[in-house]
Order: sequence, then structure tokens, then C-alpha cells
Amino acid sequence: MADDPTPNDTAREAIHNPEAAPVPDVPADEVAAAVLERFPGTVFHDSHGQPVVYVERASWHDVAEFLRDDQQFTQCVDVTVVDHLHDSTRLAVAGVAPERFEVVANFLSHPRNRRIRVIGQVAPSQTTIASITDLYPGVDFAEREAYDLLGVTFEGHPDLTRILLPDDWEGHPLRKDDFPARVPVTFKEDPGPR
Amino acid sequence: MGMEQIPHNFLTGRLEDLVKWARRNSVWPATFGLACCAIEMMATGAAHYDTARFGMEVFRASPRQADLMIVAGRVSQKMAPVLRQVYDQMVEPKWVISMGVCASSGGMFNNYAIVQGVDQIVPVDVYVPGCPPGPETLLHGILTLHEQIRSGEIMKRRGEGRGAAIQVDQIDGTPSYVQPVTAPA
Amino acid sequence: MSEEIVTSDPSVLRLEAQTDEGAQEMHPVQRELVLTGGLWPDESETTIVNMGPQHPSTHGVLRVMLELDGETVLRVKPVVGYLHTGMEKTAEELTYVQGATNVTRMDYVSPLSNELVWSMAVERLLDVEVPERAVWMRMLLVELNRMASHLLFQATNGMDIGALSMMIYGWREREEVLRLIEMFTGLRMNNNFIRPGGTAADLPDGWEAATLEVCDIVERGVRDYSELLNQNPIWMERLIGVGVITTEQAIGLSVTGPILRSTGFPWDLRKAAPYLAYDEVDFDVVYTQNGDCYDRFLIRLNEIHESVKIVRQCVERMPPGDYRLQDAKITPPPRARIDESMEALIHHFKLFTEGFKVPAGETYVAIESPRGEIGCYLVSDGTGKPARMHIRGPSFYNLQSAGPMAEGSLIADAVAIISSVDPILGEVDR
Repeated sequence: MADDPTPNDTAREAIHNPEAAPVPDVPADEVAAAVLERFPGTVFHDSHGQPVVYVERASWHDVAEFLRDDQQFTQCVDVTVVDHLHDSTRLAVAGVAPERFEVVANFLSHPRNRRIRVIGQVAPSQTTIASITDLYPGVDFAEREAYDLLGVTFEGHPDLTRILLPDDWEGHPLRKDDFPARVPVTFKEDPGPR
Repeated sequence: MGMEQIPHNFLTGRLEDLVKWARRNSVWPATFGLACCAIEMMATGAAHYDTARFGMEVFRASPRQADLMIVAGRVSQKMAPVLRQVYDQMVEPKWVISMGVCASSGGMFNNYAIVQGVDQIVPVDVYVPGCPPGPETLLHGILTLHEQIRSGEIMKRRGEGRGAAIQVDQIDGTPSYVQPVTAPA
Repeated sequence: MSEEIVTSDPSVLRLEAQTDEGAQEMHPVQRELVLTGGLWPDESETTIVNMGPQHPSTHGVLRVMLELDGETVLRVKPVVGYLHTGMEKTAEELTYVQGATNVTRMDYVSPLSNELVWSMAVERLLDVEVPERAVWMRMLLVELNRMASHLLFQATNGMDIGALSMMIYGWREREEVLRLIEMFTGLRMNNNFIRPGGTAADLPDGWEAATLEVCDIVERGVRDYSELLNQNPIWMERLIGVGVITTEQAIGLSVTGPILRSTGFPWDLRKAAPYLAYDEVDFDVVYTQNGDCYDRFLIRLNEIHESVKIVRQCVERMPPGDYRLQDAKITPPPRARIDESMEALIHHFKLFTEGFKVPAGETYVAIESPRGEIGCYLVSDGTGKPARMHIRGPSFYNLQSAGPMAEGSLIADAVAIISSVDPILGEVDR
């Protein structure tokens, strides 16, 4: 089974085969259009009516700064990480080279009353990405949680330590290959777990 | 006061009964509410389902002044040592009610983060099922405990190597029973 | 731009990333003393005090480490994780119908809000819309839950400040609301009633009269609390001016809900981005100017009034119709049909063993829970179980504001401040 192509591989092949790759979405959302214009290499995707921008890992911090300073996105609502190792079907967005980890940040603009989602791909060989706590102090805890449970390091974070698990825990349980989702059921007065 | 009035001014009984009466009618719980069950525990203590009428007048904050620890809610791996420490700080005689399915067996959270049953850490006297158990269920559990205190069964159980006599030498979640427990004849 | 750490050894990354203080420790601030002769400076060292995790007024298992100079708080460090349940991992093991049972136990004081945000996320990924009656039923239940949650806040906040009778009064009205919720959903808490596709059952007979009666009881109770507390000099002395936060600080710290509204910024998702039928009912957004604990108490008290208004309108205007989507692929058939139709039996079987499959995609849905913006980020991969579910719990972010609020105040105020943040540790730790 190890030789079967993973969904990431098939998606990557589709992108590198120009005949098979569909045309990337034209952004109907003006903020996404501004991001695409300012940062070449980003891709827009309309996800069930919500604008999503896929950016390069290296420009994560710059995109956040652009959103905050130029586009008036006052609040970063959430930062999280997704592990796509065992996805049965992965959403293939044209123009995006999928990696195992995706870092997802949701932004909200109070004056303009709009939201945007920014997604960056992180490869398992180099699980680091820039931290945006200097721009949005509120994601301090969220980045610590993502590091704690999934093992992605946020460079520039003032205090990147475990937050939800005990300090001496080994591993990152929310990774798909780290911990099984169910533990064996133990019974009282039983010599060992079944 | 003449000698003929003496029988009306004395009550006689056994000392053990007096001690049991005092113990069961004044069980003061320690606050150990963790999650959703804590809300139902507070509701049981509030005016509608009052526990004060059963003698549980106050929830003592300090475990040294408490008799009963109601473990109300799911116990995570990080909280387990704290649970054991609070239990150890309580003074004998002490009882433990495991409230809710998460405390009794891990509940619906059969994963890495929750201790699969608080009896892996502390000896439990009464298990109250429910998710969360309604106040009536918790009161039934408390009254069961009172009944066991009244009948003396709980103290007998401890003599046989159960209850407070269980030694738990690992609190990292893996169950280990130092004294194998046999069912009473 | 910072340099990239090019290594694949995770333990090295961990060592480099940890600060010297550690997650569960606190060291006093280093001070440099320059001696120039004369008397030894009368600078006492600071004390580190640990509150919790087992503590009567930490709202669950929150541990707060305080660095004190006498009675003044210099620094606050909340340590969370004592209730970490691995719910996001469990969600990957449960089907989409079972997911509501998992999510509902996060913010266990307003469980129906969690279920609502989960169901809305699943429905968004399925691209389905629920019938109108289901929408209004959901709104009715969520507003009842908001009332129950704010009543619990009044009770616990009162107890933390010292008004112990508030603890009993708050529960008195909450019991009435819970009895009504039990009549509708079958359970007082952790209901698992709002499911993808609609709700689990229809409203029972006689619900209108019962609901209006509970509304009257709650309004009387809230009037009692305002008479008892609003102009109470001790209450005002303890809460006015305590724990002040500005709008800029709140927005920067990703704070939402009553805390943000107490700073003078009337942001409520029910008005800003209406979901369910909130744009069709008439209610006000309660907000104040000062950003202190007294304001947050007032906001939550008055939000109960607004919820009662919405509930009354739901009673008047509840539309007839289906309480769930009649799509055989998503919602189970009525139990009576299973005896009659083979197809119904097969659908029921498939739905409760495998669950319905959701096409691959991702979405983020946010609603206004009693504590702020609760969001569900859901990633599906075409199977019957989610690939990733992440809940943006409002208390997780709101707890970060306890630090700036408490710095410089007295230790007794620190208790009042944490209580006014109204954290629910279930959604902080998940």
C-alpha cells in the first residue's frame, strides 16, 4: 500500500501536467484580488462562498501585515493547523502544491465587515512557519496549541511551549500517525488491557 | 428532679451507631468540579435540589476540612496528579464519589487525553452514571453512600483490602493493582 | 525575516523553541540593584502565588500564577490544559451525526451553541439548507441557552465577589429554563439536539404556554437581581473601574463577545453577519463604554432581557413545517416508516452505521455564543468522518485578556476580573 499514490501526489501531478490543470479561479473578492496582485504566487479559491487565499510559506508574515495595515483586517480570529496525511480525497486547488500540513488563519475586518482565510502549505521536513503574534497578539495561545498538538513551530513566537498537554509529553497527538484515536478499553479487576 | 425521671433523660445506644450517625449526616464535600458534571453538582447544591437537607451543608474549599470528594467531570492526564494530591490531603475517614461516566470510566472520550476511570488513581466508593447525571441521580448516589456508612459496609470493605487500602503506585494512567481484589464470598 | 531552522529532528526544535521559564513555572522579574551607600533599599522581593487548578473560584480547572508585589498584581500567567480532552482527535473518529455529541461538551454551559455551529458547518459543506421551522426552533433553543448561560454567570460572578445569595438566586431561574429545555430536548445539558439537517425532534404540545411562563419568571428574576445589585454600593465599589480594557487591546487580543462590547464597540455577530433568522427578529445589541467588570456584568444582565424578547417573538412567529431536512441521504427516516418501507430501513441502517459522506472541502462558520465568537473550522475528505475539526472557542482567546486587565490591580480584583471574563474551561482546553 505504500506505493499507492497519496492524494497529495495525485494533486501534485495534476498541477505539473499543464493539460490536466484546470484554470485557477478568478477572484471575485476584492481583498483576495489585492493579495494576489501584491504577492505573486498566491492562489484564490472560493470555498462554499468564502474567500480563501493560498499563500507561500515564506510570505506568511508579509501577507498578514498587508491584511492588517492595508486592508484593515483588524482581528485574526483563529490560527490552526491541519494534517492531511490520511485524507481519502483531498480538495485539489489548481496552482497550489499540496503538502502534508496546512496552516490556516482566519481574519476578520470590523470596519469592512468581511472575512478572509489564508492557508499556507508546510512540508513535514520543515515544519516551521512565521508567527504573527507581533501583528496580532491574540493568536499567542492558538499558535502554542498548534505547536503542542501538531508540532508546527512558529518562528518569532515569544513563548512557544506546550499549553494543553503536560510539559513532559512526548509527541504531537493530533498528527495522524502519532496516536491512535481510540485507546484499548480497560476493565476493573482485569490483569491487563484487552 | 427525682430518681423516677432518670429514664426519660437518657438515650442509650451503641457507640458505633452514634459515630456512624454523626459521620453520615454531616458529610462535607470538597470542591472538585472539573467539567459539565460540576454544573450539575452546583445545581444539586442550589436551592432546588438542596443537598444541605442531607447534611452536606457547605462545599469546603480546603481538602483538609472535607470528608467527601465528588470527582465531577473528566480527568485529563495533566490533572491526574492534582487529583491524587487533593485526595491525599483529605483526612480519614474520607469517601469518593465518581460522578458521571467520564470520571467512572473515561466516558465517551476513549482517547489519549483522558484517564479511563478515576478509580485508576483514587479508590471510589460510589459510581454515579450519567452524562451528566441529573441532580436526582447524584442525590441517589449520595444517599447510597449514606446508606453504606449507616450499615457499616464501607468500613468493612476497607478492611478486606479494598477502598482506601488500595495502593496505587502509578498515576500515569496505566492501571496497576498492587493487591489483587477477590470478590467477597 | 527570521532565519529558517533547517533540521528534521523534532527534539532539537523543541529545545530551541522553549523559553527558559517553561510553561508551568514562573520566575520573579529580575531586578538590578545599584548600591551607592546609605540604607539598604526597602524593596521587597515579589511573591509568586499559585491559584488553582483546584480552587473554588477559578471557574473550573484554570490555574493562574500571579506575581505579586505585596497585594498588587504585577503579572498574570494563566496555565490551561487541565481539562484537555482531545475532542478534536475524537471528532475524527465519530461520524457527522455523532459529532454533535462531542462538540456539545466543549462549552458545557451553552451546549446548543456548539451544536449549532457544528451543524451549520456540516450543512455548509453539504450545500444544503434546513427548513424554516428548523431555523426558528434552533434560534429559540440557542436564545434559551443564552439566558441559562448568563444566569449562571450572574450566580458564579456573585459568588466570586462575595454575594453568596446570588449563587442561589441565579440557579433558581436557571432551573426553570433548564426544565423548559428538558421538555424540548429531553436533557438539561449536553443535549445533542441540533444536528446536521435540522433538529432531532419537533416541539412538544403546549410549548408556547410553558415558554411564555418561563419568560415571565426569568424577567421577574432579572428585575430582582438588578434591584439587589445595580445600585448596591459594595457591588459598585468592587466592580467599577476594575479590570479596564480598551477597544484596541481587546481587538488586538482577538477578544469577542461581552468583553469587546463592554469597551464601547457594539460588535455582535447576530447583527453584523446574521445567521438563522436573526435579521427577522427585533432585538438590540447591549454595549457599554467603560470596559470594566461592572459593565460586563450589566451587559450580561441585559442580554437576558434581549434573549427574552427574541424568545417571545419566536413563540409568536414559529412557522409550521418540517423540523428537519427531508433528504434521505442525510436525515434518518421517521421511526414508523422503518416498519413499512425497506428503503427506509436501509437508509436508517446506513446512516447510523456509516454515516453520510460529505464531499471534500473546508469551511469556517462563526456564530455568537454567550461568550463571544465561536467558530467551527471543518475539513472533510469525502468519507463519513471529518478529516479535521477545530473549534475556535471564545474563552480560549478571551482568557488572554485577563493578563492586561489584571496587571496593576489588587489580588482580590484578580478574582473579580477572571470571573468577569467568564471562561468555560471546556472550550478553552477542548
